[in-house]
Amino acid sequence: MEQNHETNNSKPAKLSRRKILGGMAAAGILYIQTSLGKTLKPVLPAKWRKSDTSPNDLITPGPGPSKVGGRSPYERPQRLPSDISSRTPLQDLLSPITPSDLHYERHHGGVPNIDPEKYELLIHGMVDKPMKFTLRDLKRFPAVSRICFLECSGNFRSGKENMTAQEVCGLTSQSEWTGVMLSTLFREVGIKPKADWFLAEGADAAYLTRSIPTSKAWDDAMIVYGQNGEAIRPEQGYPARLLLPGWEGNMNVKWLRRIELSDQPFMTREETSKYTYPVKDKIRQFSFEMDARSIITSPSYPAKVEPGWHEIRGLAWSGRGKVTKVEVTTDAGRTWQVAQLQEPVLSKAHTYFRLLWYWDGSETEIASRVTDETGYTQPTLKQLVDYRGADMGGYHLNPITSWQIKRDGSVLFKPESRK
Amino acid sequence: MHNLRTGVKLIWLPVIAGLLWVSAAAFVAGRATKQGNAVPATDTIPWPASFGLGKAATPAEIKAWDIDVSPDGRGLPAGQGTAAAGKIVYQTKCAACHGKTGEAEAGVKLLGPALVSDSVFVGRKGNTIGNYWPYASTVFDYVRRAMPYHAPQSLTNNEVYAVTAYLLNANKIIPANAVMNAATLPRVEMPARKYYINDDRKGGPEVK
Repeated sequence: MEQNHETNNSKPAKLSRRKILGGMAAAGILYIQTSLGKTLKPVLPAKWRKSDTSPNDLITPGPGPSKVGGRSPYERPQRLPSDISSRTPLQDLLSPITPSDLHYERHHGGVPNIDPEKYELLIHGMVDKPMKFTLRDLKRFPAVSRICFLECSGNFRSGKENMTAQEVCGLTSQSEWTGVMLSTLFREVGIKPKADWFLAEGADAAYLTRSIPTSKAWDDAMIVYGQNGEAIRPEQGYPARLLLPGWEGNMNVKWLRRIELSDQPFMTREETSKYTYPVKDKIRQFSFEMDARSIITSPSYPAKVEPGWHEIRGLAWSGRGKVTKVEVTTDAGRTWQVAQLQEPVLSKAHTYFRLLWYWDGSETEIASRVTDETGYTQPTLKQLVDYRGADMGGYHLNPITSWQIKRDGSVLFKPESRK
Repeated sequence: MHNLRTGVKLIWLPVIAGLLWVSAAAFVAGRATKQGNAVPATDTIPWPASFGLGKAATPAEIKAWDIDVSPDGRGLPAGQGTAAAGKIVYQTKCAACHGKTGEAEAGVKLLGPALVSDSVFVGRKGNTIGNYWPYASTVFDYVRRAMPYHAPQSLTNNEVYAVTAYLLNANKIIPANAVMNAATLPRVEMPARKYYINDDRKGGPEVK
């Protein structure tokens, strides 16, 4: 467009080949539009027919506009699925929003198919007016959009060097969510003073349930039907899910069908036998917030680096508020440098960090550690083991993640022992 | 937009300011009472007492959807079952995924988790109902809502009581002849309950 504009409105002293082609194309379009059906095949000098990018190909028009776009065929980011979850390819992402079709999944009974016209949400229990809301009703309430991360609390894998960021911690993703504040609905039904907890139940085959403190509803909980500008994906809870910014993934109940207010937690399977973990000689329950965490996503396995300048890039986040600082080491932890944070830094949101690094070709380790606005700094695995014990299970682990840089430039994950 | 703007005469400013003040005051009051009359201070129009959306849920509608069970027994339905009856249910509906007896077997990879062990938490190999679950009500609630995996909510209430009794007995928590029903199940004490503590972390420099 710019090229055509220039060609039409000015007389450049020296016309480049590109500009002339642009001008010819503009003229061709004009001719076709005015000649009603006549086709014109512009005859160009043979030396202009070659493509700049593929010198051996003739220039031919590409596909025209379409109803739904897709990725370049050269870009193939993929989730990494297992039977019960799929992981976001963190190493392939360039900024904090996760494309909706790459958002991580964790299901407890598969993805249900829910007709939005038949969808209803029931709110009952310790309320003044038990009520049912259709999806239309939910969409008519005052709406809010918010960017925040969602992370599974079982988001740490280790054990071998050939692991990608996706394998190590790909159960975290970020979207812009749109919906109604839960407090708006609670105001509508009237919450009894003693209703300190509510049960959220999904419409999946597991009818997954979690108990949630009512205070979260007065704080920032939402019922969302929008994800990145469109209806939320079936895997993320279509047509509506609970969103508890900063809190462990499974509490953000998908395909939300029922909320029951109560004076006590319900002690569901997902908050007793699952999503709890041994700490010393006890079992720690109701860990809601996701602890601050960061990971370098570039360079990371299976990348190879060459000596020279690089920009170390990665993600940092905290379920307790904003990221205030990310430090990066490029000498295996001897010194730490403060990285640049990509604005805007949002509360309970993935935040990109970047640090320039000159690799001199010698073996080293790189790692990042985040500090959040409560003053909490991401710990080492050893610090976690020292407090919780080696039998600490797999939930709420947020250790500093190191990548080994080998002499040949290969980048390998650094697995650490719990013992 | 231009017409609207010029149409706002200076004389209206005190009225607008008043409206804003009222919304802000209502917002603060709503927060303070925790009763959710909160009106966002940034909204340009004061919120109505109710948006008039949704419809009242009838007791029958609530009963049809409300299947949860609490530790104190709230929500438990009529019906009953014993370990002997539950063993038959277990073998036909559960054993394919959870193993012949519910116990982990060396060299056998089960589709579902092992459910049965002794009830000793310290030094356990894998979490089971016996060594890890804190409430018996959860067994009933979870089996009724989510099991069997390929046909959830297909068991009768008597079958759920029975298979709950079987699992509690197999984990050496209740005797073989115990009858599980709405009165007896909430009284079952789970050995692991004493180990449960609430997470008390609130951020800050400490690593716990």
